[in-house]
Amino acid sequence: MQLMECDAKTLLSRYAMASPAGSVATTLEETEAAAARLGPNPLFVKAQIRAGARMAAGGIRNVRSPAEAKAAAAALLGRRLATAQTRPEGATVASVLIEQAVPAHRELYLAVSIDETSATVLITLGEGGEDVEPLLREQPDRFIRLQSSVGGERQPGEIAALCQSAGLASDEAAGLQRMILALHRAFVELDASLIEINPLLLTGEGKWIAADVKMVLDDNAAFRHPDLVPLGLDTEADQAELRAQRHRINFVRMDGDIGTVVNGAGLGLATLDMIQAAGGSPANFMDIRTTASSLDIAQGVNLVLDNPRAKVMLLNVFGGGMQPCDTIVEGLGIAYRRSQRRLPIVLRVTGNNEDIARLRLANFNLPVTQCSDMWQAVTRAVAVARG
Amino acid sequence: MLRHVAGGDTRCRGSPRVNAMTVLLDANTRLLCQGMTGWAGTYHTNRMIQYGTNVVAGVTPGKGGRRHIDVPVFDSVAEAVEATGANASAIFVPPDRAARAMIEAIEAELPLIVAVTERVPILDMIRVREALATSRTRLVGPNSQGVLAPGLCQIGVMATDRARPGSIGVASRSASLTSEVISQLTSAGLGQSVTIGIGGDPIHGMGFVDCLELFLADPQTEAIVLIGEIGGTEEQQAAAYLRSVRAAKPLIALVVGAHAPVRRRMGHAGALIQDARAEVASKVQALREAGVIIAPSAHLVGATVREAVARRAA
Repeated sequence: MQLMECDAKTLLSRYAMASPAGSVATTLEETEAAAARLGPNPLFVKAQIRAGARMAAGGIRNVRSPAEAKAAAAALLGRRLATAQTRPEGATVASVLIEQAVPAHRELYLAVSIDETSATVLITLGEGGEDVEPLLREQPDRFIRLQSSVGGERQPGEIAALCQSAGLASDEAAGLQRMILALHRAFVELDASLIEINPLLLTGEGKWIAADVKMVLDDNAAFRHPDLVPLGLDTEADQAELRAQRHRINFVRMDGDIGTVVNGAGLGLATLDMIQAAGGSPANFMDIRTTASSLDIAQGVNLVLDNPRAKVMLLNVFGGGMQPCDTIVEGLGIAYRRSQRRLPIVLRVTGNNEDIARLRLANFNLPVTQCSDMWQAVTRAVAVARG
Repeated sequence: MLRHVAGGDTRCRGSPRVNAMTVLLDANTRLLCQGMTGWAGTYHTNRMIQYGTNVVAGVTPGKGGRRHIDVPVFDSVAEAVEATGANASAIFVPPDRAARAMIEAIEAELPLIVAVTERVPILDMIRVREALATSRTRLVGPNSQGVLAPGLCQIGVMATDRARPGSIGVASRSASLTSEVISQLTSAGLGQSVTIGIGGDPIHGMGFVDCLELFLADPQTEAIVLIGEIGGTEEQQAAAYLRSVRAAKPLIALVVGAHAPVRRRMGHAGALIQDARAEVASKVQALREAGVIIAPSAHLVGATVREAVARRAA
């Protein structure tokens, strides 16, 4: 889960990492008052959403007076901001961060992330600025990287060398080294998967200041951080997807007309590929996790039934050791009993308890066409969708 | 030392495979289960025993000294190994304690660990990999369906009813798709030597390269199937490895996810991607250039393998 910049900065302040003087506002009046307090120097008014690339989308405004700050907030608050990293429709701006613009001698890029291939914590340091993303991709040599352990045992020496190679005065390098060690500690203690500071500013007084922070925390570690979970709640996330998650189902809405009900992520992806290959278009991705009960599965089936664009429901199920076929057919039956809609079903169930599943299916009296293999089922579903 | 469970499916016992050596598992595999006394642990330990796996111990801290489903329970892995000579572990411990369980098994120097647990925090997996780096343990998973040598031994949660002993080695990132592929292989008259689920998480133990090394060295394995997907670099690493060795066995791969919705997490934490089509295309190209035959669709894996094996025999 990604946090808003203001929350990320609050968390980093616990690790003695400084950010520009600033204040969060949710109304025009609060914005104006904060700007009056923080002025008269130039300020930024920054839209707080859980996504990056805000500058290019007009989500960060440079202002010189409380009146300008108010006007900037009026253009942002309550509106949708679409950036390269949001959903196409954008994210609603519920608050803005008003911050002092800090004159800088130097702007760096500093990130701690996970390097999956080497299974290490990766520290990346380079020149900062707005257009760093393409540089990271296309000119990786312009960044210094350090693979580190979780405990950071070998680190201080290596980080000192890293800071010296950045071409800084010795006291500046020492400050940067403290900053990196603190950031590494924050990364591990918060169970982050990314903390990116860009730009990291060096002031005339030799202080390091995090001007913008992007922080992504590991959802799988949420049980260790109940206090942080509310910070990551995306109130605009697709309600159907959230509902599916609560029922141990991974569900993603797509724009086609063939609803899919599949157990397992790999089989779910393969089903999407086969639908496309057969000339059809999926209405959703579904991966019923092995721990889902028949009542959970019924919720997933209902999500497909509730989609008015779906013209057919394709069930592609391979019953495994943890989740036999009859559990899934049971969920299908329950969902159709709850719904008025008789959406035609094309079904392929095979594997553990498939015989029991067929008996259950006969009892439910569903509008179902059974197929013996998955390609036959896919082509049949595509034909039904075409009408 | 097979243990009998009333009403169990014992059809695989006494198959001709019982004394054979295979990849990762053999007739001397003595399994302990960490988290055996929980619901999932109990259910799957029973299934494994029914399949013929020699389960010698369970480990649940605080429950040592009891017997559970007629298997002795110990407080720690070290005690269980000392008392029973266990040489492999299956982990069914919940995600908040799974890494600790893996590290305990690594420190007890078990040669093989299979971790079934889903949703282990990613920093915990880096800690586990740090512990693995200085050990000789092989870790399969986490978020793995397990390892299956048909007719001999099963560690994990795989569907076993379609699997048959044979000569095809299968390494996979996806449990559900593995069941499908095994079914297709068996229908095509092709049994399997061993199936390894490397797990769907971005940081895991054994990868495709480790599986390829074992399968290429295994005399029983005559052809190898890799089941890949979007996300991560397992397929690219496999391709680079295969370019560096002269693989004398037919290699077949399936890579799914070309039509996944972009910028979304697709169930497997490993599969988070920006441009699915381009990514699958680059994985497929790397594998092709390394001499791997690509199955054109998920429903054609069995047929593709059969054709490749027949061509090699001709």
